[in-house]
Amino acid sequence: MRLAFTIRRYNPELDTDPHDETYRLDVARGTTVLDALLRIKNEQDGRLTFRYSCRSAICGSCSMTINGGEKLACRTSVRKEWAQHGGITVEPLRNLPVLKDLSVDMGSFWGKVRAIEPWLRDNDRQPAAAVTMVVGGSRFHNVDACIMCGACVAACTVHEVDKGFLGPAALAKAYRFVADTRESGLARTDRLAVLQGPAGMWDCTRCNFCVEVCPKDVQPMEAIIRLRRESIEAGYDDTGGARHIVGFRDLVARFGRLNEALMPLKVIGWSLRKFLRVLPLGIRMLLKGKVPNPLHKPIGDPRSIRDLLKR
Amino acid sequence: MTLRYALYPGCAAKVATPELFQSTMAVIGRLGIEVTELTASSCCGAGVVGEADPDGALALSARTFAQAERLGRDIMTICGTCQGVMGGANRKLKSDPALLVRVNRLLQPEGLAYRGTVQVKHLLWIVVREVGLDKLTDEVQVTLGDLKIAPFYGCYMLRPSGDLGFDDPEHPDSLDKVIRAVGAEPVDYGGKIKCCGFPIILEKEDIALAMNGANLKEAKDGGADAMVTPCPLCHMSLDIYQERAGRKIGANLNLPVLHLPQMLGLAMGIPAEDLGVQRHLVSVDPFLEKMEERKIERNKEKGQL
Repeated sequence: MRLAFTIRRYNPELDTDPHDETYRLDVARGTTVLDALLRIKNEQDGRLTFRYSCRSAICGSCSMTINGGEKLACRTSVRKEWAQHGGITVEPLRNLPVLKDLSVDMGSFWGKVRAIEPWLRDNDRQPAAAVTMVVGGSRFHNVDACIMCGACVAACTVHEVDKGFLGPAALAKAYRFVADTRESGLARTDRLAVLQGPAGMWDCTRCNFCVEVCPKDVQPMEAIIRLRRESIEAGYDDTGGARHIVGFRDLVARFGRLNEALMPLKVIGWSLRKFLRVLPLGIRMLLKGKVPNPLHKPIGDPRSIRDLLKR
Repeated sequence: MTLRYALYPGCAAKVATPELFQSTMAVIGRLGIEVTELTASSCCGAGVVGEADPDGALALSARTFAQAERLGRDIMTICGTCQGVMGGANRKLKSDPALLVRVNRLLQPEGLAYRGTVQVKHLLWIVVREVGLDKLTDEVQVTLGDLKIAPFYGCYMLRPSGDLGFDDPEHPDSLDKVIRAVGAEPVDYGGKIKCCGFPIILEKEDIALAMNGANLKEAKDGGADAMVTPCPLCHMSLDIYQERAGRKIGANLNLPVLHLPQMLGLAMGIPAEDLGVQRHLVSVDPFLEKMEERKIERNKEKGQL
C-alpha cells in the first residue's frame, strides 16, 4: 500500500517558518509511524530529525502530533491512522519550542518534573530514611506508569495559554509522592502547601485532554483532582479553587440544584476587590434575566440530596 | 415515530441560561421528540462535587437515573457538562456491580434504586442519530445560505472519549453535520475541540479568558458569523465573558454565540425572541440581520423568476 506522509519540517538555521513536506512510501501491514519515519530518513531524506529510542512504548521519546493528536509514533499504526483520517500528517508536539523538525525542547517539561522534587524526602527536605511499603493495588492510581513522553503537557489547554503552569505530568508525579506512605506527614503537607500557589493544582480546568492523549492511561487529571481533595481534607481550603468545590457542594446540598446567584460569592470569599470584579457582569446578567432569586426554593425534597452529600 | 425521553434540564438551563430551556422546548416538537421533565432531579455535580466527594457525586447521577427508570425512559440532556458527567457516572455504575450496590445504599432512604437500564443522550446526539439529519433538513424553513457558523463542542462532549463514545475526540463532526443540515457552513478551526475555561473562570479569570478569547478569535478569523455550542457552561464563558476576553487578548470579537436549539429554531423559522436570543450579552442582531438580508435576496430571486 503506497501512502503519502505529510511531515512538518523546520530547520531554524535555514527556514524562517515551518513548512510541510510530503513523502510517499510503500508500507506493509503492521508498519508504525516510527517505522515509516525511519524509512523516510534512511531512504529519502537523511536530514529528517526526530527523537526515538526503545521503539516499544517504554522510553517515551517519540511522542509527536499525529493527525492532530498527541501519540507515540512507535505504537501508532499507519493503517489505522489512514483508515480513520484518510491521510497521515506528522507534526512536533504542540506548545513546546521546536528544535528541528519533529524534535522539541523538553527542557521546561523536565524542569517542572524536577520542581516537584520527585524523590522520597523527609520534612526537612532530606531524602527519607528507608521505610518499606507494601506495594501493589492502585496506591498511586497508575501515575507510576508515566513514561514522561510529554503528550499530556503538549495537549494541555491551560499550558497552551500559560507556559508557566506546572502541567499534568508534574502534578500527577507530585500526587504519586503525596500518596506514598513512606514520606512523613509533614513532608506530605509541605508538598500540598507548595502546590496551592499560582501555576499549581488549582489552574487545571478539567478539560480532560491529558486523560485522552496519555498513552499509558495515567489519567493525570484524576491525579490532580486527588491532589485537590487531599488539600481540602488537609485544611488547605482557602484558595479560590477549594472554595469553589466546597461552596458548590454546599449549595447543591442546600438547594438540590446549583444556586448560580450565590456561587460567585462562595468562590470570591470576602475579597472586596474580587467582588467588584464580578459585580458588573452580575448586574448585566441581572438585566438580561440571567440571575436567579438567591433564595429560590429547593427542588424536590432537599433532605434527600443533603443526605447524599453530607459525609 | 415519536421519540420519548425523560428531559434532564440541568442547573444552567433553569437559571443562568434560561434561553436554552426555552429554545429546547420550542424546537423538540418539530423534531418528533416528546419529553417528560425530571422536575425533582438534582444538579449532576458538574465534575465539581466529585472532586470532593466521588461517591456523593455518583449518587446524584444515580438518583436521576432511578427517577428516569421509574418513568421507563432514557434521559435527554441539553447540557454538554451534564452529558459528560452523567454519561461517565452511568458507565461506571453499569460496569461495576459493587459500586452500584454501594451507591444504591445511599439512595435507599428515599426509596430509590438504580438498576442500570437507562441511557443518557445529549440532544445533539439524538438529533444526529435518532431524529436524523434528513428530518432536520425537512424542518428547515430559512436557508442560512452562505452564513458561516463555528461549532464549539465543549470538553465534556468529547473527552474522555472512552466514557462518551459518540464523536471522534480529535476530529468530531456531529455538530458540523448539524450546521450543514440547517443549510449553513461550518467553520473548521482548531479551537472547536478546546476548552472554554469556564470551570476556573471565577478563580483564575486571566487564564480562562486567554483560553476563551483564543478560541473565539480563531473562529472569527475563520470567517464565523456566529458560534454554536451544545453546552450552556461554554455559552456562559463565550457569551458573558466575551467582552473581557476580547480586551484580554486585544481583539474586537463581537461574535454571537448560539445554543444548539437556538440555531435549530432560527433555521426552522421560529421567531428569534421565542428562542430567547435577547437574553445574550453579545447581541445576536448582526447575525439575524444577515439572515434577513438573505431572505430578501431570495424573495427578489423568486420575483424575477
